[in-house]
Amino acid sequence: MALLSFERRYRVRGGTLLGGDLFDFWVGPFYVGFFGVTTMFFTVVGTALILWGAALGPTWNPWLINIPPPAIEHGLRFAPLKEGGIWQLVTICALGAFVSWALRQAEISRKLGMGYHIPLAYGVAIFAYASLVVIRPMALGAWGYGFPYGIFTHLDWVSNTGYQYLHFHYNPAHMLAVTFFFTTVLALSMHGSLILSAVNPQKGHRVKTAEYEDGFFRDHIGYSIGALGIHRLGLFLALSAGFWSAICIIISGPFWTRGWPEWWSWWLNLPVWN
Amino acid sequence: MAQYWNIFNQLQVATTPDLGPPIADEYNRIKFGRISKLVGWFGNAQLGPLYLGKLGVASLIFGFIAIEIIGLNMWASVNWSLREFIRQLPWLALEPPAPSNGLRLPPLNQGGWWLLAGATLSTSILLWWWRTFRRAKALGMGTHLAWAFGAAIWLYLVLGFFRPILMGSWGEAVPFGIFPHLDWTAALSIRYGNLFYNPFHALSIVFLYGSTLLFAMHGATVLALSHLGGEREVGQVVDRGTAGERGALFWRWTMGFNATFESIHRWAWWFAVLCPLTGGIGIILTGTAVDNWYLWAVKHNFATQYPASYRTGPDPATLPGADRFEVKP
Repeated sequence: MALLSFERRYRVRGGTLLGGDLFDFWVGPFYVGFFGVTTMFFTVVGTALILWGAALGPTWNPWLINIPPPAIEHGLRFAPLKEGGIWQLVTICALGAFVSWALRQAEISRKLGMGYHIPLAYGVAIFAYASLVVIRPMALGAWGYGFPYGIFTHLDWVSNTGYQYLHFHYNPAHMLAVTFFFTTVLALSMHGSLILSAVNPQKGHRVKTAEYEDGFFRDHIGYSIGALGIHRLGLFLALSAGFWSAICIIISGPFWTRGWPEWWSWWLNLPVWN
Repeated sequence: MAQYWNIFNQLQVATTPDLGPPIADEYNRIKFGRISKLVGWFGNAQLGPLYLGKLGVASLIFGFIAIEIIGLNMWASVNWSLREFIRQLPWLALEPPAPSNGLRLPPLNQGGWWLLAGATLSTSILLWWWRTFRRAKALGMGTHLAWAFGAAIWLYLVLGFFRPILMGSWGEAVPFGIFPHLDWTAALSIRYGNLFYNPFHALSIVFLYGSTLLFAMHGATVLALSHLGGEREVGQVVDRGTAGERGALFWRWTMGFNATFESIHRWAWWFAVLCPLTGGIGIILTGTAVDNWYLWAVKHNFATQYPASYRTGPDPATLPGADRFEVKP
């Protein structure tokens, strides 16, 4: 894989967190590093376990392959491999790979003299995953409450878990999460459009400068958050979507066991209405 | 710490507000510009100016009428009690006409107000689309935002206009109201056999989550490069500096592939646009082309089969005498 024209002078030693110079090299375009090695280890083992689980199962149809967690009766113990133990090992591998990936991002950030915003942001995604397969199952007392690894089986899990609380749209944290997801898409479309419309102006016009970027949104909605601000806002919206998603499932079960529509009765019964 | 992460603006320049690039009809621009220190911590400190031409005014008037119709109908539904209006607001609804009404114009208190609110809200939105297009034209910029907005309008019109027409009843449309529109969403999914098995719904969610992932990646990359001027993106597109190079190399070294400072915004635009575009396709097919997404998935061999956990009886609709219990609207 060819280097980019400017790449050679950025490929310098140093910045590693662990392993010193030992793994401080590239393979093709990929940086390796100590955490690249651990990422590969967990990925290969985890993928192999998924393939083994698929081989034990009834189908090779990729939509239907299912690696289910142990039955609830196993509680928080290790289950036999063929009764959910594979799911437990895959979960360990997934978390190992995700955390390794974040640490590798931190090493690359250091190498390039960048802030740690990317690994921190990725950490929120890891937290959301962990909340589904570690935090909530531990709070409920059984690994069986984790979601199964399968394309349509995990969707069935989402459906079934949602309907256990009657109507999940009434979960206030879910409301916040969905609002943040939709707002992120709105803000992303506005930001992407603005840059494209400045870089690709109408025929006969020169590429537009910052006055025009701000000028467009001021004319349009009376405020332009600005070039730096939009990236703060975008990161905040995206991370809030992930964070509240995690909260909305952690509170379902450990902190609220009834239908979510019922939760809102506190509002109807506020003393101010009397 | 806060300085390193660049979460707040460390420095605010107090100066006269910038009143925008020159345009032909500048008298339509409300030339106010306020500097707010609070707002300036997070983004630009300047509020305003605002262009308010005929389209903007017309759009706001129609939008105001729509919200008035919705709000007053909700207020009427609690007997004009202000206390109950506030108390029950999340539950209140302006419902579309009953299914038996078909596509006819119903009396005002039987869904007519819903139709009127939908018409005025749609007018307001379409006028706002036109305004979005014209504001870009007036500044000589591309019209990318208008077309992205068009994708959202497509989903909105599918839900409240195109699909009800295809189904032959305004009663199919979404009610106005906070909890009521959520109830409608859940009911639609259950009625049509779980929308998770609708492939276009799946695509829409992929683009919803994908957009969030992209904005997290992009926002974090730019903030991590702000000490090198990474947020000056148009500059990085036409004259790449070390911020653009480092941003590209970060992702190349991480995942073997990188966008450029221009192409990341094309990725962003398409992900954001495809979310409502595919979502609208998924909704317009629901009930028109496909009556039960789960059975459709079984037919196309991608629905999961589970061992039966409960003994099930016969379908009550097949029992003798069931036809005597016809549901009357």
